[in-house]
Amino acid sequence: MKLFLKIWRQKDAGSKGAMVDYTLDGVESDMSFLEMLDILNEELISKGEEPVEFDHDCREGICGTCSLMINGRPHGPDSRITVCQLHMRSFNDGDEIVIEPWSATAFPVIKDLIVDRSAFDRIQQAGGYISVNTSGRPVDANAIPIEKEMADKSFNAATCIGCGACVAACKNASAMLFTSAKVSQFALLPQGQVEAAERVENMVRQMDLEGFGNCTNTGACEVECPKGISLENIARMNREYLTASVKG
Amino acid sequence: MTSGIKDADDKTIRELGEKIVEAKYGNLFQMYEKIVDENPYKTPMKIYPAVHYTMGGLWVDYNLQTTIPGCYAAGEANFSDHGANRLGASALMQGLADGYFVLPYTIGDYLSDYIRTGVVSTDSPEFDDAEKMVRERIEKLMGGRGIHSVDYYHKKLGKIMWNKCGMSRNAKELKEAIKEIAELRADFWENVKVPGEANSKNQELEKAGRVADFLELGELFAKDALERNESCGGHFREEYQTEEGEALRDDENFKFVSAWEYTGEPSKSVLHKEDLVYENIELKTRSYK
Ligand code: SF4
Ligand code: FES
Repeated sequence: MKLFLKIWRQKDAGSKGAMVDYTLDGVESDMSFLEMLDILNEELISKGEEPVEFDHDCREGICGTCSLMINGRPHGPDSRITVCQLHMRSFNDGDEIVIEPWSATAFPVIKDLIVDRSAFDRIQQAGGYISVNTSGRPVDANAIPIEKEMADKSFNAATCIGCGACVAACKNASAMLFTSAKVSQFALLPQGQVEAAERVENMVRQMDLEGFGNCTNTGACEVECPKGISLENIARMNREYLTASVKG
Repeated sequence: MTSGIKDADDKTIRELGEKIVEAKYGNLFQMYEKIVDENPYKTPMKIYPAVHYTMGGLWVDYNLQTTIPGCYAAGEANFSDHGANRLGASALMQGLADGYFVLPYTIGDYLSDYIRTGVVSTDSPEFDDAEKMVRERIEKLMGGRGIHSVDYYHKKLGKIMWNKCGMSRNAKELKEAIKEIAELRADFWENVKVPGEANSKNQELEKAGRVADFLELGELFAKDALERNESCGGHFREEYQTEEGEALRDDENFKFVSAWEYTGEPSKSVLHKEDLVYENIELKTRSYK
């Protein structure tokens, strides 16, 4: 199929960017979206032009680096998948496809379609870990039974891949869904209890410092999240936060 | 699991089956469906074995320190926990074991001698040499004749590896692979095309550096496979098989890990044998039957 691409090009963080048109022929429906971009880049390189830079790594939906706004939707038209899992069979011959980077103050553009998501790393570093010893002194973590329902909820929260689609989808560029997933995965398990109050306070403080917007319960994040992270996590984080500040 | 349903009929079993499979493998089945465009709950999945890991990595000592003092390699980057085969989730296991049980103690121990060292100056001949080496390598990559893209070489290498250094390999093809990769590597360094600038973000340059490494590692792979005259784990040498076509190990001559010392050219790598010593288990032949 033949496609008409409109792609955001920006030399570096300090330069102004612009949409550039490209026509790409010979795209097959079994190609992934990123393979389609690879082919475009091969063409550009052979013509002596600079290829379009975009983030990617695992190409199987687990690392969270591929982050593109496609026709106005984070990760494109299909739901519950990342860009690398999107295939060209979701498009038609002659389609126009608009490709942009995430747009949020806390995610500045590095080049073309690549944004700097280190704000997420700093939120994680503020509390997204467990530092209590769970290796059998005095109790082995593996010996504490956990209800399946709890284990499943924690596991589901832990499937967040830190892609940032929730921020990109939100009109306020809020990072509540991401942060709440990272808080919840531990809040639901016994080993997360010891540091629960500090964790939620530190992570929320870092999230605010990074310049993410407020949550107004619109729910666009949940709709666009490739991993189906539930809004329930935001409610849980708010509860955790309240308890922590009451205990203060 | 079916204790609550007495004499379940075929339909119920099928329904239950899908739900249980989904609860356990839903994410994998979704991945499959997205790639292949077939519903794996309804159509048989197309699966085949392929080499997807190196079954090895950087040599490290028991403290996970590499041959460079102070440089540690953790997780799958090192060779320590790999066997001749790789089982699912070993990446996770090794990352956790190294990160949780080993490094917190060994790195601290190493650093304890340097706690008062302060900032290390970059005004040293060692730093200058290292910087010069990196600069020259980058300049060389950027200054190729600019004929073929990095992907062109990556794909060619992939094809050689796939055809001649896959799970099933033989001496004749491995020798061919070694020759072909060496030629491809020479071609790469002369003719690769890296667009853009060296001093800004440049993904093609990053990729070129990696493919340059793969072009060495690939040849070493083939050399290692050629010199190991037995079949073992993910290494099936067609010449060494039982009458039934199963892997034929040679514990007498190959009960060791091959640690190859880098000397610049893959073909000139020096072999160090690390004997495999089993104290509590008895060596057996694994049967999948
Ligand atoms: S919550 Fe969902 S959208 Fe947000 S970072 Fe995690 S996986 Fe991505
Ligand atoms: S490239 Fe890893 S999730 Fe898409």
